[in-house]
Amino acid sequence: MSLLTLEALTLMIGAAPILRGVTLGLGPGEILGLVGESGSGKSMTALAVMGLLPQGARTLGRIWLEGQDVLALTERQMCALRGNQIGMIFQEPMTALNPLMTIGDQVAETLMVHRKMPRAEARQIARDKLDRVGLTAPRFPLSLYPHELSGGQRQRVAIAMAIALQPRVLIADEPTTALDVTTQAEVLDLLRDLARTEDMALILITHDLAVVAGMADRVAVMRRGEIVETGLTETLFRAPQHPYTAQLLAASTHRPEAAARPTFAPGREYLSQEENPAASSWQKYSDPDGALLRVAGAVRTYRLARPRPFAPHPALRAVDDVSFTIAPGESLGLVGESGCGKSTLTRAILGLDPLQEGTIRLGAHLVGPGMPQAARADVQVVFQDPYGSFNPRQRVETLVAEPFHLTGLPADWRDRVAAALVEVGLAPEDGAKFIHEFSGGQRQRIAIARALIIRPKLIVLDEAVSALDVRVRAQVLDLLAALQASHDLAYLFISHDLSVVRNVTTRCLVMQAGRIVEQGPTEALFTAPGHPYTAQLLAAAPQIPPAWMEDRAHASPLV
Amino acid sequence: MGRYILRRLITLAASLLLASLVIFALIEVTPGDPASFMLGLNAAPETVAALRDQLGLNDPLPLRYLHWVAGMVQGDFGLSYTYKVPVADLVADRLKISLPLALIALALSSALALPAGVWAASRRGRAGDALVMGATQLGIAVPNFWFAMLLVLVFAIKWRLFPAGGFPGWSDPLAALRALTLPAIALALPQAAILARVLRSALIETLGQDYIRTARAKGLSRRAALTRHALRNALIPVLTILGMQFSFLLAGAIIIENVFYIPGLGRLIFQAITQRDLIVVESVVMILVFAVIAVTFLTDLAYALVDPRLRRHA
Repeated sequence: MSLLTLEALTLMIGAAPILRGVTLGLGPGEILGLVGESGSGKSMTALAVMGLLPQGARTLGRIWLEGQDVLALTERQMCALRGNQIGMIFQEPMTALNPLMTIGDQVAETLMVHRKMPRAEARQIARDKLDRVGLTAPRFPLSLYPHELSGGQRQRVAIAMAIALQPRVLIADEPTTALDVTTQAEVLDLLRDLARTEDMALILITHDLAVVAGMADRVAVMRRGEIVETGLTETLFRAPQHPYTAQLLAASTHRPEAAARPTFAPGREYLSQEENPAASSWQKYSDPDGALLRVAGAVRTYRLARPRPFAPHPALRAVDDVSFTIAPGESLGLVGESGCGKSTLTRAILGLDPLQEGTIRLGAHLVGPGMPQAARADVQVVFQDPYGSFNPRQRVETLVAEPFHLTGLPADWRDRVAAALVEVGLAPEDGAKFIHEFSGGQRQRIAIARALIIRPKLIVLDEAVSALDVRVRAQVLDLLAALQASHDLAYLFISHDLSVVRNVTTRCLVMQAGRIVEQGPTEALFTAPGHPYTAQLLAAAPQIPPAWMEDRAHASPLV
Repeated sequence: MGRYILRRLITLAASLLLASLVIFALIEVTPGDPASFMLGLNAAPETVAALRDQLGLNDPLPLRYLHWVAGMVQGDFGLSYTYKVPVADLVADRLKISLPLALIALALSSALALPAGVWAASRRGRAGDALVMGATQLGIAVPNFWFAMLLVLVFAIKWRLFPAGGFPGWSDPLAALRALTLPAIALALPQAAILARVLRSALIETLGQDYIRTARAKGLSRRAALTRHALRNALIPVLTILGMQFSFLLAGAIIIENVFYIPGLGRLIFQAITQRDLIVVESVVMILVFAVIAVTFLTDLAYALVDPRLRRHA
């Protein structure tokens, strides 16, 4: 018998249909993967089950939980059900806990609310639950506050809160999306273990097919508020029935057409593009080996607070003796977990932060305060967040033309903007629009156009495709590959997503605690990692078993 | 926690030092010789010179500054030029009125603002919210002296419930409290309006936080999530405003004190300025600065009590 059943669940917010006839079943102890792109209605389905829909939402259909129609319950009855029969954990562990309450009290609260238990007793059980999720006693006392824990540890606290009363169903909405790969693997292990040993059914909501492949018994694929396909995980991966599922699978392992990458000749002269207004004449790279970017012994330290008054400030070496080069036209990957110094290094390369030791040389120029403006035009950046990295009050043409402040606005800037927009697959008319009129993928294209307009030689892609859905991501990666070939661009591709780095770069650096622990050709590094940390990262990265994908390696072209 | 308090104390001391220098310098450059002012227009120059000497006005500047500061540290604020009594006594008398008035007004304003803010936030966008927002808008817009006169007209002249002005002294506490009631209301209402709006918007912001959704997923009702999780998180901006309001109530009640003829600190400093009683001005301003800085210090301590992140990391 089914534990939780959704029958033709339809959800409207205002006049907009969010869910259309969603029908799903979940058996006791089963792990169901609910996958789909952003806006497909995954989270809304979960919130409907929890009765936590936004105001103004109207539902049709039924949600049966152990013979009860959840949609027919009053708010008071729903309060008794939430946390008791269904637990839920959310994506962002950094903000999911009350910063002013100890973790012990927050876990105990679930018990006190439902069982009317005295605080002391509730805290005793909270202790057990925190032990159960791996936050064991002497190191993690109940008196800790959330800010004293890492993201992964906070997510464990959230899980302890959700499972405190051993609910029959646990809903996990992108529980590991904000976590590093190794932490993600640990949290997923914990969730799988809880489902198996506590006989708790789990709905795992994610956009990441690789996560589902390693976890779920069954998978349901959602698109635009509808379930397009459900099936046993392996069956669905091996032989997707719906074309949309096939597209998702193809996109998630997409490898851009390897454009003929320019081979790099030592000591060669580099001709800047004719249309580069920055270059008044032939520009010769004076680096002895012809490298475009040369980072040598870079050290960036941050001053920490004094441990006691008048003591010297301890220093954190965020970037610790890092050296590498990027050749013209090369794709270099940089992987590492959050806090490893990737972003600090990026900022130094862009000349946004000073170095304490070492040098960064871009062509003939030292990156730093004395660098000529025109030389700065050689390196541009695309950031992760396509929503936060644009001024919402400026038109797209102004945004795209922004790098011209380095060189002076050319007379034909509008034509150049139009050309750049066309190059990234948008229309020249889009220049007159505002940024909120575009989707995430389109915004990232605009960010690329902005980087491209000044004809840089190097573009730093700082998690540039991490926030995009798999199909859009595949398209943007293709675009980047095409632009690289046509403009002889070098990329520094920074990402925590190992599979993307593997698919788009030729050489790769692995960074840990401010140091480059390993570097080498990407393929060799991924197949035979030399450093234990690289091996650990690779082992933790979720992967769709290659055998599942073999059958249709050429079956489904990307749409 | 200890380090946090220590740091705040150092800041407090530094602010006081800086403030004393600024006040002293300002008084120095102010035109008008206290000695000739005290003796009147027809005083002989020799008499003025003698008085200047007696008042210590001829000493070198650094010495006078040190004298002033050293005196204050020992509780000696000098002698008022016009009243010929120790400034400390003068201020103490006025504080007996101004401090209770400020405290009553603050209590009143909090008592009005807290429920109104919570109520409005929990009914965001509905009629109750609109009502509170409208009322607070009015409360901020209406000038408090005008509102004070209205209170006098209704409660003192028409219904004769409270005195229209003056202060009978604390020998009869009940009468004293009655005398302070209308001024306290006049002071408190605009403050309450500001406080309620700040609380409402802080609460609405915290209610949108992820941890409120977590609390709801645990099974807390909307109201329980608000009182147990949102309220304390919304308290930080409210504490900031409360601290600023107390300082204002203590030092800035001049207009209301004038409307009600209450001999408070505000009136003292106002009179001292018009009479060129610079030693009084200097000292009272210094005391007010001290009060403001002390309240800021207490607010900082309150932050740390509310927010564990400040306790361990500051």
